[in-house]
Amino acid sequence: MITRKRSLYQHIRPYLVVTLAMVIIAWAFSGIQFTGIKDSAGQILGAILSGLCHPDWSFVYSGHGEDLTSALLETLAIAFLGTIVSAIIAVPFAFWAAKVTKGFSLRSTTGKLILTIIRVFPELVLAIMFIKAVGPGAFAGVLAMGVHSIGMMGKLFSEGIENLNRGPEEAVIAAGGSRIDTLNWATLPAMVPEFINYTLYRFEIAVRSASILGIVGAGGVGAPLIFALSTRWWSRVGIILIGIIVMVTVIDWVSGAIRQNLLK
Amino acid sequence: MNQTIPKRPFIKEWHVKGYIIFLLLNFALILSARITEVGQDFSSEQFFDLFVKMAHPDWSFLPSIITPLLQTVQMAIVGTVIGGLIAIPVALLAAKNIVRNPFVRFTVRFIMNLIRSIPEMLLAALFVAVVGIGVLSGVGALSVFSFGMMFKLLYEAIETIDQGPIEAMRAAGGNHTQIVVFAVIPQVLNQYLSFVLYTLEINVRSSAVLGYLGAGGIGLYLNTTLETFRYDRTAVVILGILVVVILVDVLSNKTREALS
Repeated sequence: MITRKRSLYQHIRPYLVVTLAMVIIAWAFSGIQFTGIKDSAGQILGAILSGLCHPDWSFVYSGHGEDLTSALLETLAIAFLGTIVSAIIAVPFAFWAAKVTKGFSLRSTTGKLILTIIRVFPELVLAIMFIKAVGPGAFAGVLAMGVHSIGMMGKLFSEGIENLNRGPEEAVIAAGGSRIDTLNWATLPAMVPEFINYTLYRFEIAVRSASILGIVGAGGVGAPLIFALSTRWWSRVGIILIGIIVMVTVIDWVSGAIRQNLLK
Repeated sequence: MNQTIPKRPFIKEWHVKGYIIFLLLNFALILSARITEVGQDFSSEQFFDLFVKMAHPDWSFLPSIITPLLQTVQMAIVGTVIGGLIAIPVALLAAKNIVRNPFVRFTVRFIMNLIRSIPEMLLAALFVAVVGIGVLSGVGALSVFSFGMMFKLLYEAIETIDQGPIEAMRAAGGNHTQIVVFAVIPQVLNQYLSFVLYTLEINVRSSAVLGYLGAGGIGLYLNTTLETFRYDRTAVVILGILVVVILVDVLSNKTREALS
């Protein structure tokens, strides 16, 4: 039996890593003051919980567009429109950014850079920028959601292209197919289910983020929520929270079911 | 040899399903466009004016955002650590191969699904309302969010571990604590650490905007610079966030590679 003698560094390395992690965590905790909770915190928490238990049911549907149903529909519309439109726009970006050859590729590097730059802008900042251009409302939300999604989906799609099995493409080329044939008969059939999968996944996330865009005035259910929170209207906070939770859960469930069918 | 091509059923021959899905999708798109009133005037001069201003960053603003940037990272780390630690016992309760009682399992999963469906900005808004403006609200929102995410990743990982060691511990007379400590944790430790890093990456990104609601960190500066129309400073803030996010991503990716 061969026992390899371990060097001193190899012996102490685990301890070094753990110590480093501890130092980082300690530094992080040192920066947070754990005091300064409002005196009324417990009271407000109780009020929110009782609001959740006694929600303001009259807000669910009132018939003239200022109710929870229309706010949730608007949220869904923002997420849906933003996701579908940007899924289509993201496809050329994905081909641009996909790295299929070994070594340095100027095309893929610039593509990846552009996608990264798009993704840096948080959705809220984009929403504020678009509100400057089109005024407050759901349209600004759609634009913000769409632009941010291009960055996210471009990245996911390009990774999908990179991980694609190259076999079918080579087969089409070997059989004398042109580049269009390769795209049509080998690349797209393998890619489309994956793209739809990513799009649905992104839609789940988009529904979540669309429900907060209203904080800056870009439409959706966020605006009535912030209004209810700032006016301490707890029964209304309760019903809006319930509405968001139900909406997100249903969307997750439906999208999960479709995705499972798709990957079979 | 008078075989004919097999006849496809009508629905398949004419791709009925595909056309119906296509029509429904278009209908939904048009309906959404109606609801969101797409197509208002786009004042491009306002929009591009903003970009022009952003293209000339005010670098003198840089020193004053370094502390809040570091605070953002601290918030993300603390939130990840707290959420990640609480997630361990709860994830064990939800794993099929640890807890045999289906009632406990499904109750835990149901409650956790509810928690996970709340977007983190919403959590931040709630925490600001309850705890008050400050870093603590951000840490609270991030902790709850990481808790939900770590829970899901972890219990799925626990369910896929090798049953052998658990059975061996049971056969040797080990109690529940011993089974968890000696049979479960060693098998998922590496995965757990990589989930922690992954959650940290997401938390760094989101903690950068949490401040917008008054939950501490760099987001506050995003808010104030945008509201005072100092887009040249907004550009510096966004670049700062970019640098921090990339740094954390690179470090965490390297560590994750070393772990696997």
